[in-house]
Amino acid sequence: MFDLAGAAVESALAAGATYADVRVMVMRTEGMSARNGVIEGLRQSESAGLGVRALIGSSWGFFATPVLDRASATAAGEEAAAIAKASTMVSGPATRMAADPGGATEAHWQSTWIEHPIDDVGLSEKGDLLVEVTKRINDAGVALADASYAIWDTEKWLVSSEGHRISQRIVECGAGMSATAIGDGETQRRSYPGIRGQYGTSGWEIIRKIDLLGNADRIASEASALLQAPQCPSGTTDLILGSEQLALQIHESVGHAIELDRILGWEAAYAGTSWLELEKLGTLQFGSELMNITADATLPGALGSFGYDDEGTPAQRVDIVTGGKWVGVLSGRDSAAHAGLETSGGMVRADGYNRLPMVRMTNVGLHPGNSSLEEIIAATDDGIFMDTNRSWSIDDKRLNFQFGCEIAWEIKNGERTRMLRNPTYTGISPTFWGGMDMIGNESEWTFWGTPNCGKGQPTQIGHTGHPSVPARFRNVRVGVQG
Amino acid sequence: MSAARPSAASGLDRCDAVLEMVGGRADAIVAAGRGVTALTRFANSAIHQNVAEDNTYVYLKVIVDGQYAAATTTQTDAVALGRLVERTIAAARLRPADPDWPGLAPSAPTAPVEHWDDETAAASPDSRAAVVKWFVDAGAGLESAGYCATNGMWVATANSAGQRVASRHTSATIDGIHRTGSSDAAASSTSVRLSELDGAAAGAAAATRARASAEAIDLDPGVYEVVLSPSCLANMLQFLASAGFNAKAHLDGTSFVHLGEQQFDTSVSLWDDAIDPRTIGLPFDHEATPKRRVDLVRNGVTERVVHDRRTAAKAGVASTGHGLGQESFGAYPTNLFFGEGTGTQDDLIATMDRGLVVHDFWYTRILDPKTQVVTGLTRNGVFLVEGGKVGPAVRNLRFTQSFVSALGPGKVKAISADARLVGTMHVPSVHLAAWNFTGGAKG
Repeated sequence: MFDLAGAAVESALAAGATYADVRVMVMRTEGMSARNGVIEGLRQSESAGLGVRALIGSSWGFFATPVLDRASATAAGEEAAAIAKASTMVSGPATRMAADPGGATEAHWQSTWIEHPIDDVGLSEKGDLLVEVTKRINDAGVALADASYAIWDTEKWLVSSEGHRISQRIVECGAGMSATAIGDGETQRRSYPGIRGQYGTSGWEIIRKIDLLGNADRIASEASALLQAPQCPSGTTDLILGSEQLALQIHESVGHAIELDRILGWEAAYAGTSWLELEKLGTLQFGSELMNITADATLPGALGSFGYDDEGTPAQRVDIVTGGKWVGVLSGRDSAAHAGLETSGGMVRADGYNRLPMVRMTNVGLHPGNSSLEEIIAATDDGIFMDTNRSWSIDDKRLNFQFGCEIAWEIKNGERTRMLRNPTYTGISPTFWGGMDMIGNESEWTFWGTPNCGKGQPTQIGHTGHPSVPARFRNVRVGVQG
Repeated sequence: MSAARPSAASGLDRCDAVLEMVGGRADAIVAAGRGVTALTRFANSAIHQNVAEDNTYVYLKVIVDGQYAAATTTQTDAVALGRLVERTIAAARLRPADPDWPGLAPSAPTAPVEHWDDETAAASPDSRAAVVKWFVDAGAGLESAGYCATNGMWVATANSAGQRVASRHTSATIDGIHRTGSSDAAASSTSVRLSELDGAAAGAAAATRARASAEAIDLDPGVYEVVLSPSCLANMLQFLASAGFNAKAHLDGTSFVHLGEQQFDTSVSLWDDAIDPRTIGLPFDHEATPKRRVDLVRNGVTERVVHDRRTAAKAGVASTGHGLGQESFGAYPTNLFFGEGTGTQDDLIATMDRGLVVHDFWYTRILDPKTQVVTGLTRNGVFLVEGGKVGPAVRNLRFTQSFVSALGPGKVKAISADARLVGTMHVPSVHLAAWNFTGGAKG
């Protein structure tokens, strides 16, 4: 594979590229879904091909082919350079590349797993699990029971015109389930472990650990109870978020806001820009002094972990918010150079051989504090505890957000009281984070995985991780009604 | 472009070769696709990402005694296809039988329509860059961003029940924004033919609105009359289609749909028709069922939902040709048409005493499928209208609104006659009596 990639790099350079890199990727995926005791979908895929990225002037030209022979690799290199040349009709300042802190490396990296989720665990066992948990939910009186898993096994080989020759194999998987109770005028859903499940850079062991069967009865009874629960009241109150919901809050209002390509305007037409301005890096107060966030691609088992990014930069841990102050961004080599940063943060990835690498979140997470969830509740006189994401919406600058959760409980005098249905909350990012005054401790720290982060044109689906804990936020508007 | 020119015959030959490999061991359906997809992306008024790919795939689903599995590959040599067949048959045998398996689509002809243009299929990066340049140059002094994309794909599908269909489709889109320091505005155009895209006109429209939005005011949240541009209506229809007119949602009881009831204003008619020459796409679905017109809403009365073979069998009807190959999702009407009224969007605005004209929605998410309550934000231009005249621009607002009730009986004041293609939906502008804005720029 290195030789094929090398041939494509050479042909791109010969056609005029000032820099070129090539990713050969072979990816196996498997997914199964069950509804009410019946397997509804079983799909496997195998994709293989190479993508050439060629730089001329201000633009990247990119061409991908699924045909893995020398002639096709050479032609793809020429095509990528020709596409880059066509861009000069509407050109900008020349694109530069910041340094790769690892240098031009020859290396191999592989994630770890105990049970390979495709090769070591039979389809029958996996199907039986999904059938059993959905039947269990139905038996508990809920009309719609869903369960699913997804597996990715990716091998890739990177060659660059600067001398990178890096191979990696990354195995990821996860699973989840939901119970949907149907009432006269609305539906109520409870999911476990999170809205889509739990995912990691891991083998099947992550799915054994989450114990779907052991939680089926609970989510079924909660879904049914929600149909009878009172509506979440409207007003301003203290809000406690469970760690899964806070993980999505981090993803949407911190993770996307700190993407350097958004800050530079490269995503302006589609994903949007950011309320963060580069000149305020290092001085802006993003949140309360308790807020410490890092982007750490080295966390074992987390979904945003890898050995090297898709430009060959080694995985790094980067401080993003320290003591509430904004101190870091997510970057790649070109965006870092545009922003005047010395080195890349190593956060550039593509979701397949046929996509251009772009800035993606790694494991963007909140560091734990000192309190347990029960201590946070006990310290709250009047508030609402919301858990498990149901809906999410945020503006194109990542400022104005509104989230819905599946379930909530009223907190009165330090105790969790009645269940509430249709809970929502809304706010403005820095104000919201500025109101965070209690944070869950290390025993509550969970590495949530988000396997469906959409970005870019053509759209790419990124896998990101979000270490998170429960936390309390003061004076939040809740109960927005339609 | 280096990709070989595919054809219907070569696609069906590939399908037949795979069916032969399966032989008598299983029932099977095979789809083979080949083409070139390309996208020229610009930001800060310069092309920065310019991509293309030779897009090739083979999809196989096999059914062994009611047990089935599906797989895809990008590798089309005989060894890879043989591996695909063996792996898929083995997987099918390991899963439980599906009591709801509806069988393969029977042999039936597709409508003789092709949404295709040779020039678009062979579009060069230079021709896309030219459209981008026209868009960018139309906004002198502004920053622009967006993309110009061209696609040309052949798709052939065959099954062991004798159904064999093949067709091809092209599409071209210019979609971009112009930006002042304080405002953005968008314009887009989609067609089967790249030659029909007017980058300069789209760029000028976006630039004019961006400049007009530069001095936006804050407006208190509340209920306002609105004129919604076609892109907003298309956004609404996605939710109505996926969570409502999808027969799976209807059978599950999570859909808002009540067949035969007056759920919409009498001025609302909605249908799906992949055969109409104004749309783009294929005349058959993922299961090889020919597509045909399906009237979903007629004069405000909800009449039908769309089916794939699984939901059709459960409901005791024929598939409408809207399967996506994702049984867990169900069926989706890919080529919606919203019935037009009279006049232009400007005519709708002229009859609005006080309200807002909204040009785009952003980040819309459904809170409950049955009530169709959705939250989202405005984007790319919102203007206050008073006395039928467009006034100042308004800073973006958040809304939380039931999409069904917004189009409900008595709620649609007017519909324009200037519908256009947004993605694969043909939609006009609408004037609605009430829209619930629940937050402003300050929360």
